[in-house]
Amino acid sequence: MIRKLSVALCALAIGTAAQAADVMKMAVTTSFHNSGLAEVLLPEILTDLDLEVQLLVVGTGQALKLGEAGDVDAILVHSRAAEEAFVEQGFGTHRREIMYNDFVFIGPEADPAGVKAAESAVDSLQKIATAEANFVSRGDDSGTHKMELSLWSKAGLDAGTFGDWYNAVGAGMGAALNTAAGLDAYILSDRASWLNFGNKADLGLLYSGDPVLFNQYAFLPVNPEKHGHVRNDLAMKLEDWLTSDKAKGLIDGYTIGGETLFVFNAEPM
Amino acid sequence: MVDLWSGLVQAFWLVVTFNSELVEIALRSLRVSFTALLVASLIAMPLAAILAVKRFRWRRVVIAVLNALMGLPPVVVGLVVYVLLSRSGPLGVLGLLFTPTAMVIAQVIIIVPLIASIAHQSLRDLWQEYHDLLISMNVTQMQKVTTLLWDARRALLTAALAGFGRAIGEVGAIMIVGGNIDHATRVLTTAIALETGKGDFALALALGFVLIALAISVSLAIHWLSRTEREGSW
Repeated sequence: MIRKLSVALCALAIGTAAQAADVMKMAVTTSFHNSGLAEVLLPEILTDLDLEVQLLVVGTGQALKLGEAGDVDAILVHSRAAEEAFVEQGFGTHRREIMYNDFVFIGPEADPAGVKAAESAVDSLQKIATAEANFVSRGDDSGTHKMELSLWSKAGLDAGTFGDWYNAVGAGMGAALNTAAGLDAYILSDRASWLNFGNKADLGLLYSGDPVLFNQYAFLPVNPEKHGHVRNDLAMKLEDWLTSDKAKGLIDGYTIGGETLFVFNAEPM
Repeated sequence: MVDLWSGLVQAFWLVVTFNSELVEIALRSLRVSFTALLVASLIAMPLAAILAVKRFRWRRVVIAVLNALMGLPPVVVGLVVYVLLSRSGPLGVLGLLFTPTAMVIAQVIIIVPLIASIAHQSLRDLWQEYHDLLISMNVTQMQKVTTLLWDARRALLTAALAGFGRAIGEVGAIMIVGGNIDHATRVLTTAIALETGKGDFALALALGFVLIALAISVSLAIHWLSRTEREGSW
């Protein structure tokens, strides 16, 4: 019996998986992954470059942290100020803009705060604050969260002083949308996550289109001078591919339900 | 309720059509948890036997600590293992972070106290019975330990299954140290967390049902292989 068991255990414990020629790790934001674009790009990268990109799906805050520790070879995030600080402190070699999408205001279709009639992003937030309507904040130091905080301060409001209606959930985009659906609350989301979200309940897209809501994604290779083991060569190969015409076609052509999600805007070097 | 039903239906089709992605993550779940169980048992069971047989000054403290550690929060274990294995941490040179090995390490830490505590409980009872006999035969400590472990093998199986159950259902620690990378470190529990995040409750539930079914079949298979509850084989 013991022999049978241990043979079975060993057979399971061994087992290997086939790998591509090169493997690199890249930290990306939940909003990028939830958009589904990765499932389009990664197989193409594998065939074109024979490079397997392993994605770590985390918030922008954690992605930057992983890059600082040298646990990933590159990061793809969307929080300009934090990215520039990352490069300035020498953790990344440079910052290359790839594409953008936009943020949208999601809320209950009944719209108690009247966000549908808002004139700008700042105006929407002021309406929500005046009505003290339930609002869900990511609260996880992610790019989306940072965007939300900067909008609050543009609206002349301090998110730290809000009452019970302001719920910082400290979770990823999908989990925060789940919470908003449960509370019938307003929330700031990126368009891709919203379109791909399965549990929409009574929520609807209420406001979008203000240029301040544009959400720039940038690619940052981790600095090999700080961490000798990072595969900067692979990160550069990937960057060349991401800024190529082929990537442009794939990114601009990606739609969900007939809606374009991303706009490619990488400048040729 | 609709989600529950469509989850069941989806689980059924995933299994019947032998969905390749499902098979991949289910096998990885099994491999990681079985490896963790194997390593943890090799540590925990001799430890439990020694605690039952040997008398030393800190014995009570060690037992109390082991019992307390049964409730170790996985997310804390994950974070500690993460910090140790991170490239900027003390064991960073090994490059183990975000690999199945890191997940095994975290799970071993989580289930060793559980297996050791349950095993110690049954070994202690058995030792009370065997004490006089073994002492009068003047056997060595090593012989005492092996006798106890062999004769308590049925109870140890329960301890191991409890450890396996905790390992395969665990998500907090392996999410942090494994990173939930597709085709590399994604297992059933982290996939469930991911699908819940996407709001796809039906698929998340389907994966959950598969996980439960898997845990039950493993338990049944082990009981069948080791012929418990049969006449004439205690």
